[in-house]
Amino acid sequence: MTERTTEQAPSRSSQDENSAAGSSTIDTVTEPDPARGRSHGSPIQGRGERIFRGLTSGSGLLVVAAVAAIGLFLLVQAVPSLLANNANFFTSPVFDTRDAANLNFGIRDLLVVTLLSSLFALAIAMPISLGIALFLTQYTPKRVSRPFAYIIDLLAAVPSIIYGLWGIAVLAPALLPIATWLSTNLGWFFLFAPGNLPVLTGTIFTGGVVLAVMILPIITAVTREVFSQTPRFHIEAAQALGATRWEVIRMAVLPYGRSGYIAGSMLGLGRALGETIAVLIVIRAATTPSGFSLFDGGYTFASLIASAASEFSQPLPTGAYIAAGLVLFVLTFVVNAIARVVAGGKVNG
Amino acid sequence: MSTATGLDSPDRPAHGPTFQALSTGRKIKDKAATVLVTLAFLIALVPLVWVLVTVVGRGIGAIISADWWGRSLNGVLPESYAGGVYHAIYGTIIQALLAAVIAVPVGIAAAVYLVEYGRGRLAKTTSFMVDILAGVPSIVAALFVFAAFISIMGGVQSAFMVSLALVLLMLPVVIRNTEEMLRLVPDELREASYALGIPKWKTILRIVLPTALSGTVTGVMLALARVMGETAPVLVLVGYSQSINFDPFSGNMASLPLLMFSELSNPEPAGQFRIWGAALTLILIIMILQLGASVVSRFSAISK
Repeated sequence: MTERTTEQAPSRSSQDENSAAGSSTIDTVTEPDPARGRSHGSPIQGRGERIFRGLTSGSGLLVVAAVAAIGLFLLVQAVPSLLANNANFFTSPVFDTRDAANLNFGIRDLLVVTLLSSLFALAIAMPISLGIALFLTQYTPKRVSRPFAYIIDLLAAVPSIIYGLWGIAVLAPALLPIATWLSTNLGWFFLFAPGNLPVLTGTIFTGGVVLAVMILPIITAVTREVFSQTPRFHIEAAQALGATRWEVIRMAVLPYGRSGYIAGSMLGLGRALGETIAVLIVIRAATTPSGFSLFDGGYTFASLIASAASEFSQPLPTGAYIAAGLVLFVLTFVVNAIARVVAGGKVNG
Repeated sequence: MSTATGLDSPDRPAHGPTFQALSTGRKIKDKAATVLVTLAFLIALVPLVWVLVTVVGRGIGAIISADWWGRSLNGVLPESYAGGVYHAIYGTIIQALLAAVIAVPVGIAAAVYLVEYGRGRLAKTTSFMVDILAGVPSIVAALFVFAAFISIMGGVQSAFMVSLALVLLMLPVVIRNTEEMLRLVPDELREASYALGIPKWKTILRIVLPTALSGTVTGVMLALARVMGETAPVLVLVGYSQSINFDPFSGNMASLPLLMFSELSNPEPAGQFRIWGAALTLILIIMILQLGASVVSRFSAISK
């Protein structure tokens, strides 16, 4: 198909392009740009070229504009509510927007529950992802590792609402013995202290395990990608020194892939911070503020917004939730930006 | 080597054997690492199999019931086992397709810009923002659409608003996939075209994009699969309806995730029946898209 196009094209297009473009754009014909790497810019720059270039650059700009607009519109909608807020936005644990004339909302508890559940998920998912990435790149032949990697990717294809349903209906009862054991034997440690829920299911603990399953494929995909790019001669040099497979990994693969692994973990963290529906279904609401225990309940930024979505009618209470959304946006922005900087070009996406 | 050392001291070699046996400690570490990484892989299979078995086991009864694929829940009582979900399937598909209609051309054009034209600061910013957009949580995208198009511009909640939020979630997936495929197109093809005097834009449209077509289609299908299961946008941006609504620009419209979420507040066993049935239906639709994507990528003109 490609070849056919190449053969046909000159007879029809090159001549009229030449005649059309030749007169008008002589000055732009020779414009050597030393910075150009792979674009071997055709010397002919007619109207079609300008239009096409404009359209594609415009689409690129649109992406930039979209991200800027998200921040801007959320800010514009949040400011009036923040000004009308009677509580301290950063330190108050209550989120009361029932009375539009007397708003009291703060994000302390949201921040605690969001960070606690996401970091707990990260703590579970990081070592397992590392193991899977090593297994798929260093221990299995390519013929086998392709389908295996596809299976892990399937974990990312399951919608989050299904993880939520599974988490509360199936996983939570199964985790109850573990939660009970941790609570009775390690209750002196603040993470496993008695929480603000009457039961040990539907806690941050349960939610964190569900989140760990959801971010596992993300961390694995990025880490696997970077590990598979380890220079062949690093590995062979280690092998020539008589290193065992594990020593090859420690001397060649891990040092090369460390930044990618951290970047992948940050991407996973970003995903966990913003996860909405699974957390909303799994983690129960609590009446008292969180005490930094994994057996607490409560709302994350995302789940609180989703839980109130049906009541978005008055501007001021809605603005309170938009303010929470703005904080979440900033949080994920920072985490993703860090991931990109850490990766330093080794990771794409 | 052996003759030289043998002449000097016939009883013992000048140095030890070149290859020594592995010490026990190193052997144990190596074996332990093998066991651990294999275990990590097996652990990851547990939730996947567990979720799929749960959904299939609890949902199979619903999706083989007579009315499941051809009826809506119009007039069906909460405790009744009647009705079907075709209204929600329609909603899920139309919302995703509307989003694709906007996201695919813009995404492909942005990818062309990044690969073929983008140089300097603007291109770097764009690439950075694509990464940021990929990390924007779906609830934030939904809130943005709510703030911009409903609060400020005075729009009403509708399926189209959901599609607008889905556009933001689809764009980075489409851009990154297309970008990757465009970078795989060999430069020889471009050069051959330029050598024939064909302008750059025509080369991109007629040579580069067709060569990368199957990869692009794969990316679009994966993006569709990703947004179909999104629940946060439908919660914020459209109301639930038990009956069919063909008009995405006005009125309430069901979708599979929204149906599942509304049935969560149904205390009757029939609610659970519908939830897991809808879950299995959603997984089936996503699996079909995923399979389609991998079939299409088989026909790729360029290999990785």
